[in-house]
Amino acid sequence: MSIQDRKIEDEGLAYGVSKLTTDKIQQTFQALIDNETGAKLKAFSESCMRCGMCAEACHFFVSHGDDPSYSPVGKVSQTMTKLLANDGKVTPDDIYGMAQIAYTECNLCRRCVHYCPIGIDVAYIMTTIRRFCHKLGVTPQYIQDTAHSHSATMNQMWVKDDEWVDSLFWQEDEAREEFPNLRIPMDKEGADFYYSVIAPEPKFRTQLIYQAAAIMNEAGCDWTMPSMPGWDNSDMCMYSGDFEMMGRLKRQHFELAQKLKVSRIVMGECGHAFRSIYDNGNRWLGWKDYPVPVVHSIEFFAELFEQGRIKLTGKIQEPVTIHDPCNIIRGYGLMDKLRYVAHQLCDNIVEMYPNREHNYCCSAGGGVINCGPPFKKVRVEGNLAKANQLKATGAKICIAPCHNCHGGLEDVIHHYDLGIELKFLGDLIYELMEKPE
Amino acid sequence: MYKTKTWNWEVGQRTIADMTPNSDHKWQEEIFISPDGEKASAVVCLDDAEFSIRTNDSVSENTFEKLWELNYTTNGDLCCYAMQDEEWTVMVADKPWEETYGFVWSPLFSADGKNVATAVQQDMEYGMSVNGAIWETLFENANNFAISPDGKKSAAVVQVKSMGQADLKTFRSGIFSIAVDGVAWDNNLMNLWTPVFDNNAYRVAAQVRLTLYDYSIIVDNTLWENTYQGVWEPLFTPDGKHVVAPVRQGGKWGMAKDGQLIWQATYANCWHHQFSEDGENLYAIVAPEYGKFTVAANDKPWEMRSPVVTDLAVSPDGKKAAALANTLNKDWRVCVNGSVWDGSYDMAWKPVFCPNSEAVAAKVRKNGRYNVLVNGKPVGGEFDMCFDPIFNADGSKVLVRGLHDGKALRVVANVPK
Repeated sequence: MSIQDRKIEDEGLAYGVSKLTTDKIQQTFQALIDNETGAKLKAFSESCMRCGMCAEACHFFVSHGDDPSYSPVGKVSQTMTKLLANDGKVTPDDIYGMAQIAYTECNLCRRCVHYCPIGIDVAYIMTTIRRFCHKLGVTPQYIQDTAHSHSATMNQMWVKDDEWVDSLFWQEDEAREEFPNLRIPMDKEGADFYYSVIAPEPKFRTQLIYQAAAIMNEAGCDWTMPSMPGWDNSDMCMYSGDFEMMGRLKRQHFELAQKLKVSRIVMGECGHAFRSIYDNGNRWLGWKDYPVPVVHSIEFFAELFEQGRIKLTGKIQEPVTIHDPCNIIRGYGLMDKLRYVAHQLCDNIVEMYPNREHNYCCSAGGGVINCGPPFKKVRVEGNLAKANQLKATGAKICIAPCHNCHGGLEDVIHHYDLGIELKFLGDLIYELMEKPE
Repeated sequence: MYKTKTWNWEVGQRTIADMTPNSDHKWQEEIFISPDGEKASAVVCLDDAEFSIRTNDSVSENTFEKLWELNYTTNGDLCCYAMQDEEWTVMVADKPWEETYGFVWSPLFSADGKNVATAVQQDMEYGMSVNGAIWETLFENANNFAISPDGKKSAAVVQVKSMGQADLKTFRSGIFSIAVDGVAWDNNLMNLWTPVFDNNAYRVAAQVRLTLYDYSIIVDNTLWENTYQGVWEPLFTPDGKHVVAPVRQGGKWGMAKDGQLIWQATYANCWHHQFSEDGENLYAIVAPEYGKFTVAANDKPWEMRSPVVTDLAVSPDGKKAAALANTLNKDWRVCVNGSVWDGSYDMAWKPVFCPNSEAVAAKVRKNGRYNVLVNGKPVGGEFDMCFDPIFNADGSKVLVRGLHDGKALRVVANVPK
């Protein structure tokens, strides 16, 4: 089945395409090739042997009955290869399909890169297609709205300045019922770290802020949370292709840390935000590495356990499995630390197969879930592979230390009626930790 | 800034107060010391939802359900947000404003510290209040707040049109503007950021994004003619006649004045620019090469390079600049006119020049201990925590304020030659 046979209506894509001409497409493509790509794209484009090793690596391919149009090489053929072969002379209708492939049928998870004999980075190629589509103004409605929110509020959920601070006060007050002297120290200059979250936390998942405050409090951390914009570490502009805005967001995030003079930033359990900080956004700004060290919650929790700063009342006895978020595990190598923390909390870990850097994606990452309701069915059906993995473990609980993975896995678990409970590491630590009498 | 002439400049160390937490209090929050070093204050929790401010040994009789953002203004007034019965106000020198609000945040102060402004939310509408007088018109949202140096004018980015959920077309048509004292400009734009006032005439400039791809600068509601791939914060020249901003062209950053390039776009980044007081010298943090930052003076980069450079400060005479260099937020070093002081630190704070520009000081931390360095040498002793140093008017002495074993200390030291 080609992309032409499975087009999905999306207001953002339709609006963008309605403004296109073939000339504009060609000029934009040429400018992109001349100014923003180079040897890397050329090498990737010219060295693919069409061996098909990447196909089995992709959950979309595996979950769609081995349909080659969902394979990584198939997706490249329908997008970049076609554009290069035609010097960008394609129709607006073609662009619609290319955008749908790049934004909604590839999670940029990089699993295929591991299976490619010559290491072609399909995620890079798909990211370049997204950049091209952004430059053409052809982006799915919901991810573009998120990008607009980022630009207007510096967070992805249109959270207003006062709503953020008020959410922190609210959670602090709630938590004091359980931990009488608990504080969420606001704007504390010189603290060891500032704790950053993604905007869905104050919007929908405030219990995660509560739990984080409880853990920091009980572990005796020297920490702070900022009252100012920049607190949201997420970055959907990285995925929409708006790199200029991605850089602006990362600047705000890092300069907030520099202003507060913290030694490091500890991030909540999110994957894409981590990628935007250690890989993409920082580099766009001219920093080779990150200007302020960023520690993912997995590393931070491991540190707390290693130092004996969290005391537990017991461990989970039910079978528990571990999902490996792509940006944290395949992208950054935290698989052992994730398992170290999970084993502190659970007696009966049942690994998925495959696991660690070979684990399948949740099918929500890479901004795919942010493309919203129009693409939900494809996304969920595109992860039969994950459903089968989960089912085979017999686990009652699945740990997923990433927000988008949670969103994606929730849908998968519901759609395939798996009866598995999803947990963040913070959920389990909070549940099991010693608390005041 | 500070009126240092009336302060006590007798050389020596004095204990201001023992700020050890009082066992009658449930807890005590972070301690702040007044600019003159004579008072130390902290928010204290007296009981459930009962907060007050402790200054030296006494606790204010004013109690509130919540207090936050405690700090001293440059003229020595203690300022703080206070909440009672679900209404917020601003406390200045232990006196609450009469006006109350749904919420308050982002405090701003005039250079002399006499005027205080805040962002406010009232009945789910947004704006600002200056010295307890709220804007007459409030907006659906407001952020990026600013006040003029004298504190008489205030400005913010405001949302002037409503927008439904995920309504891309309305967003792109422009729903934001700049409001000055609550009066919005008639240009409705896609994005605006960081409004800034000039020194004297209440002119306002801001960053703007006209389309998803075109960035520019707007000055008093008039756009620059040119657009760029990106812009950073605009800045008025000290005489208020021109506006200068970093701009991105061809993937590189340069500097534009009133829309024309004055520094060619050659840098991997260029930001945090500052003028000397006479406007003759323009400094900025720049990256001449990818991953290598330094300071440029009038487009001439220092030879020093570092993965990260922050906290640029320009001397009052405009002939010197100082900045901090670090690697991965460690190994912090102080650089003055391109020369790096001996010694590296776990953290450093923005350098401070003395009024005659001869000396420069910086607060630093190493192994958990704080020092103040003046011209690279430690002065005033070592602390558990300390505040930014302040020079006297002739630059011969420096005031160091710090905490040690729970005690607030005030140290006046001679500036080393």
